[in-house]
Amino acid sequence: MTTAATTTRTLVHRQRRARTVGFHAVVLVVLAVILYPVAWMVLSTFKPSAEIGGDASLLPTAVTFDNYTKVLGGVGGVSFWTFFQNSVLLAVLSVIGTVASSALAAYAFARIQFPGRGVYFAVMIGTLLLPFHVVIIPQYIMFNNAGLVDTYIPLLIGKYLAADAFFVFLMVQFMRGLPPELDEAARVDGAGHYRTFWSIMLPLLKPAIVTSAIFSFIWTWNDFLGPLLYLKNPELYTLPIALRLFVDQTSSADYGAQMAMAVLALVPVVLFFLIFQRYLVEGVATQGLKG
Amino acid sequence: MTLELTQVPAGERRSHLHPRPRNRRRTENVRAAYVFLGPWLIGFLLLTAGPMVASLYLAFTDYNLFTAPQWVGLDNFTRLLDDPNYLQAWKVTGVYVLVGTPLKLAAALAVALLLNATVRGAGFYRSAFYLPSLVGASVSIAIVWKALFMDEGPVDVLQQFLGRPAGGWVGDPDMSMRMLILLTMWQFGGPMVIFLAGLKQVPKELYEAAAVDGAGPVRKFLAITVPMLSPVIFFNLLLETINAFQIFASAFIISGGTGGPAGSTLFYTLYLYLRGFRDFQMGYAAAMAWILTLVIALITVLFFRTSRFWVHYAGDEGR
Repeated sequence: MTTAATTTRTLVHRQRRARTVGFHAVVLVVLAVILYPVAWMVLSTFKPSAEIGGDASLLPTAVTFDNYTKVLGGVGGVSFWTFFQNSVLLAVLSVIGTVASSALAAYAFARIQFPGRGVYFAVMIGTLLLPFHVVIIPQYIMFNNAGLVDTYIPLLIGKYLAADAFFVFLMVQFMRGLPPELDEAARVDGAGHYRTFWSIMLPLLKPAIVTSAIFSFIWTWNDFLGPLLYLKNPELYTLPIALRLFVDQTSSADYGAQMAMAVLALVPVVLFFLIFQRYLVEGVATQGLKG
Repeated sequence: MTLELTQVPAGERRSHLHPRPRNRRRTENVRAAYVFLGPWLIGFLLLTAGPMVASLYLAFTDYNLFTAPQWVGLDNFTRLLDDPNYLQAWKVTGVYVLVGTPLKLAAALAVALLLNATVRGAGFYRSAFYLPSLVGASVSIAIVWKALFMDEGPVDVLQQFLGRPAGGWVGDPDMSMRMLILLTMWQFGGPMVIFLAGLKQVPKELYEAAAVDGAGPVRKFLAITVPMLSPVIFFNLLLETINAFQIFASAFIISGGTGGPAGSTLFYTLYLYLRGFRDFQMGYAAAMAWILTLVIALITVLFFRTSRFWVHYAGDEGR
């Protein structure tokens, strides 16, 4: 870009360097502000509870693990690991259901010509914008009448029926980006839709499946309203509602233990983020652009 | 289809039973389509369409989950208009949507512009800024937020240091809403990632041409960036607005499930939950749910109707 003579080149170079340094300084300040709450949360859990109030500093004067031992002692007579296992079970089953049912629906929308496709697609997009709260009352009544409250079925059934349109849409967009020649060739060779889907489409869909699986895991893991409505027995609690129970049961001054449990509840999410951040960020970026 | 078959004369029926290859392909497509779409279709009917119709009916009834629903006509709706808590819930939600969403998107756009101007490290920063969006709506972060803004918490300590009146934000009806708006702003990373992807699509030549014409940075931003980015702004604004109406866990945890102090965090969804699942007034809550749906639908329609006045789609991809 610079067409300047060699004498001015060093000056331009220096200016650009100064701009780069200034830029990084601004971004790092923003980053520090954004990450302060997380850093403070994690480091506070190693402070004695009395030390958390009245102090904005990050580092504890003396490291203690009391908060964690208190949390691992359980909540309401139920072990912490029970909640953890419940959360893992629910999240894993949700991922399987979401990926399978969404991929199936997406194939129909992206690759099969059939009358009414446009209408169904519009309906699917419509549910994307529909507030979840509209259906919670009748859904609760339905599951209550069926005797399914205090089971995981109300929390899982929607995942196996592609109820979260976000994932269907994500996969439709991804499939539309794949060259149609590949599955057309398979169809010409005599493969039916089931064969084409299983042997051609599914392997190509892998990036979209990974993105969906991670998002599905994290959203199920963090879900609060669903378990709050449907789970009454503490033995079945997931981490978010166990955390709420813990907050209700401990004195409000015991922020150390509350935050220790909050940290433990976030560990899997942050791990997923660290490992799969590329997939997550790219998934969000493409979703928005093609929308 | 079957009706048609029974009406055709016997001689012609054969041709329907042995359709031409093109027709067979079509039938095979339709059958496969419904197999692939089956789970979604069942889910839609069972978990969305059916419940929506049921909740429309319930909105005109008095139902406590234990005795049969009683038809009460428009009673729930007239009671809503006289319910000071309901009006408070609208006020709280309205302020949150109207103030929180623009601030969040402004932060997202500002940081996206900052990151877009760089060469090195943008990928790392992008991921780091995205993290809060992933965890922000969780119970864990709500607990941290409560601790951050409590009496003698870090924010309070900072305020004391600056000589400002202290006492924490959690118990203060004037400050609790700001806490939640700051919490949504903290999650600017999601829309920021989408803005960044949009900025990458803006042709560099436009800026070069504008620079030749002597346009300054502000002029470039208003005349190039904003119009070129308007489809992305539209998308973010619509989704973030709809999301903002549905805030629940954060408000629930921070207010201890009450919407307090003094109703200052009594969000629409929280009040709906309390009416439905604390008071078991299912009819009343269903009426609330339907009004919320209609309002969100109206806002969505309004967004799309006004979009042609301010959203610019590139000529060859115009919709």
